[in-house]
Amino acid sequence: MYVEMKHINKNFGDYEAAKDINFGVEQGKMIALLGPSGSGKTTILRMLAGLEQQDSGDVVIEGEVVNDIPPGERGIGFVFQNYALFRYMTVYENIAFGLRVQKQDKKKIHDRVMELVDLVGLNGMEKRYPDQLSGGQRQRVAFARALAPRPQLLLLDEPFAAIDAKVRKELREWLKKMIKKVGITSIFVTHDQEEAVEVADEIIIINEGKLEQKGTPVEIYKKPKTSFVAQFIGTSAVLDDFSGFKGFEDLPKNNQAIVRPEFVEAFKSDNEKFKSLIPAAETGEITKIAFRGSYLELTLSVNGILLKTNRSLERRPVSVGEQMCVLVYRVYILDEEDANIHKNKLLKGVDIEAL
Amino acid sequence: MSKETNHIKAQERVAKEIPPKAEKNQEKKQKGFVPCLLIGISVIFFLIMLVFPLVEVIYRSLKDGFAAYKNAITASNTLSALQVTLIATLIAVAVNTLFGLCAAWLLTKFEFRGKQVLSTLIDIPFSISPVIAGLAYIMTFGRMGWATPLVEWLNDIFGTNISFVFSVPGVVLATIFVTFPFVSRELVPVMQAQGSAEEEAAAMMGAKGLTIFKRVTFPHIRWALLYGMILCCARAFGEFGAVYAVSKARGKTFTLPLEIDALYMAGSADSITQAFAVSSLLVLLAIIILVLKQVVEYRGKREQ
Ligand SMILES: Nc1ncnc2c1ncn2[C@@H]1O[C@H](COP(=O)(O)OP(=O)(O)OP(=O)(O)O)[C@@H](O)[C@H]1O
Ligand SMILES: [Mg+2]
Repeated sequence: MYVEMKHINKNFGDYEAAKDINFGVEQGKMIALLGPSGSGKTTILRMLAGLEQQDSGDVVIEGEVVNDIPPGERGIGFVFQNYALFRYMTVYENIAFGLRVQKQDKKKIHDRVMELVDLVGLNGMEKRYPDQLSGGQRQRVAFARALAPRPQLLLLDEPFAAIDAKVRKELREWLKKMIKKVGITSIFVTHDQEEAVEVADEIIIINEGKLEQKGTPVEIYKKPKTSFVAQFIGTSAVLDDFSGFKGFEDLPKNNQAIVRPEFVEAFKSDNEKFKSLIPAAETGEITKIAFRGSYLELTLSVNGILLKTNRSLERRPVSVGEQMCVLVYRVYILDEEDANIHKNKLLKGVDIEAL
Repeated sequence: MSKETNHIKAQERVAKEIPPKAEKNQEKKQKGFVPCLLIGISVIFFLIMLVFPLVEVIYRSLKDGFAAYKNAITASNTLSALQVTLIATLIAVAVNTLFGLCAAWLLTKFEFRGKQVLSTLIDIPFSISPVIAGLAYIMTFGRMGWATPLVEWLNDIFGTNISFVFSVPGVVLATIFVTFPFVSRELVPVMQAQGSAEEEAAAMMGAKGLTIFKRVTFPHIRWALLYGMILCCARAFGEFGAVYAVSKARGKTFTLPLEIDALYMAGSADSITQAFAVSSLLVLLAIIILVLKQVVEYRGKREQ
C-alpha cells in the first residue's frame, strides 16, 4: 500500500467526524471518497494532508508514519474545493509559488511553469489574475499549481463542485486523462456517484464518519456490503416488505428490500421474447410514465407495491393504465447492517444475461 | 368557469398596466423629495456642527494678523507640544500596528478558549472614558502605584531614568491605550472574509509562517491596515482626556490639544487668539489625514 490510514479517529468537540477509518491506496490508483454531505470526506482528506490532526491512529505514506510531519513536507498536492488560488498573484506566480518556496533557480522554475501551463492548456494566460478566468480555467490553474512541486500524491476536494453541469463532464474526463498522464496517485472527494463511478478506479464510501465499503465501482454497485451502500448507490427504491412476491416467497419477513430499476423488467403479455418467463412474472399497472431524455421511466403498481423500471425508446409505446407483466430478477434484502442479494428463484436455470 | 376567471384576471392585468405611468411619476416625485429632505438636513447639520466652527477657528486665528499667527505657532510651548504630539502619535501607531496585526491574526486564524473575551477586551478603549485610562495609569505607575518599584528596578538595571507619569513616556502610553482597537478592528472583518484556504494552500506547498504572511496574507489586508493606521493617527493627534491625566508640565509634556486648552484657559484676548492659531495646526493635520483616508479608501475599493 502506498498511502494508508490506520484506525483514524477524529472528534470535533463531542461530534465524531471520523470513526476508526482504515484503508490503503495502491500507487498510481485514482480513488474517490464518496458520501453524503457532512459525512466526513473533507475531514479525512485534510487529515491525510496534515491540515487537520487526527485524535488517534496513523497516517502512513510510502511506509513512513507522517503524523508529525507538517503539511508542506508530506509530498502532497492539494486542490481545494474553491481552488483557493492566490488572488493577488498571476497564473504564472500561482503555479510558480511552490517552486519559489523551494528556492529553485529562476530558469528551472520558468521551464517547469511553462511545462505545466502547456499541460493544462492555458498558454497565453500566464499574466492573468484568477478573477479574470472562468471556473474551468481556475480549476486548471489549481491543478497545475498543486502539481508544480512534483508531489507523490494528489488530493482533490470536490474538484468539480463549483462548475456548471455541462462543463463538469468535459472537465472530469480531462482531469482523469491528465492524472493518468502524469501517473500520480490521487484521491478525490465527491458526493456525486456518477462522477465517482466514471472517474475512479476504486470508490471508498463514507457515511457518518465511518468507512462503509471500499471497492471498484462494479463491486460497489453489484455487491453492496452494507445497507447504507445498497441504498446510497444507484436509484434505489426502498420497500418495507417484499416477501410474497412471485419468486421471492421464502424471503425473511419484515426486512426492508431494495429494488433498482435495472432489477425490474416490464413487458407486454404478447411479447415473444419474454414468453417463457411469464410464469415468473406478476402483473402490474402502469401508474406513471416519465420521459428521461434517452429512455422512459415507468412506475408500475404491483399488488400495491410501486416499482420503477427504465424502458428503451426503441420498444413499443406504452400508456398509463396499461397492464404489463412485471418480472423482478433480484432484490437486496437489508438487515441491521448488511445487504444480501436474493435472486428470483423461478428464474433458476434461465440465462438472464442473454436476454 | 376557470376560463372565465382567467379572462377576468387578464383583464385586471390589462387594467393595471394602463396606469403605471402615473404611478411611476409619483414614485419619482417621492424619490426626489425624500433625498432632498435628507440632503437638506445633513447639510444644515454639517454647517452648524462642522463647517461654521472650523471657519471660525481659521478666522479667529488670523484675526490679529499673520505676524501674530506666526508668533503663536513658533512659540516654544507650541513647538514642544507639536513635538510631543508627533512622537506620541508615531510610537502609538507603530505599536498598535504590530499589536493590531497580532490580535487580528489570532482572532481570525485560530480557535481557542476565551476568544470572545479577548475580542471584547480589545474594544475596551472604545467604551471607557479616556480620563479613566489616564487615572488608572497614575494609580499603576505613580508614586503609590504597584508597578513603580518594578519600573525603578528596570531603570536601575538599564541605567535609565524613565517615568510613566507626568512625562513623555506616560503620554505615549496613554495615547497607545486610547488608540489600540483601531487597527485590529479594521483587520478582523477583512481577514475573516478571506478565510484561511489560501494560507493553507501556501502551507501545503511548504511555505513557512513569515513567507505566508508576506506573500499571501499581506496583499489582502494592506489597505485595511493602512486605513486602520490612519484612523489610529487621527485619534492620537486629537486625544485629550487620557493625556490630560498623565501630563502636567506645559512646554515639556503637553500635547497640542493640552496646549490649546492651556492657552484658551489663560483667558486674555491674546492667548485666545493664540489658542485658535495652534488649533489651526491640528485642523491642518486633520485635513492631511482626511485626504490620506480618502485616497486609501478609493484605492482599496478599486482593487476589490
Ligand atoms: N473545524 C470543525 N469544527 C467542528 N466541526 C467540524 C469542523 N470541520 C468539520 N466539522 C463537522 O464534521 C462533519 C464532517 O465534515 P466534513 O467537512 O468532513 O464533511 P464532508 O463529507 O466534506 O461534507 P460536504 O460534502 O458537505 O463537504 C460535519 O458534521 C461538520 O459539521
Ligand atoms: Mg467537504
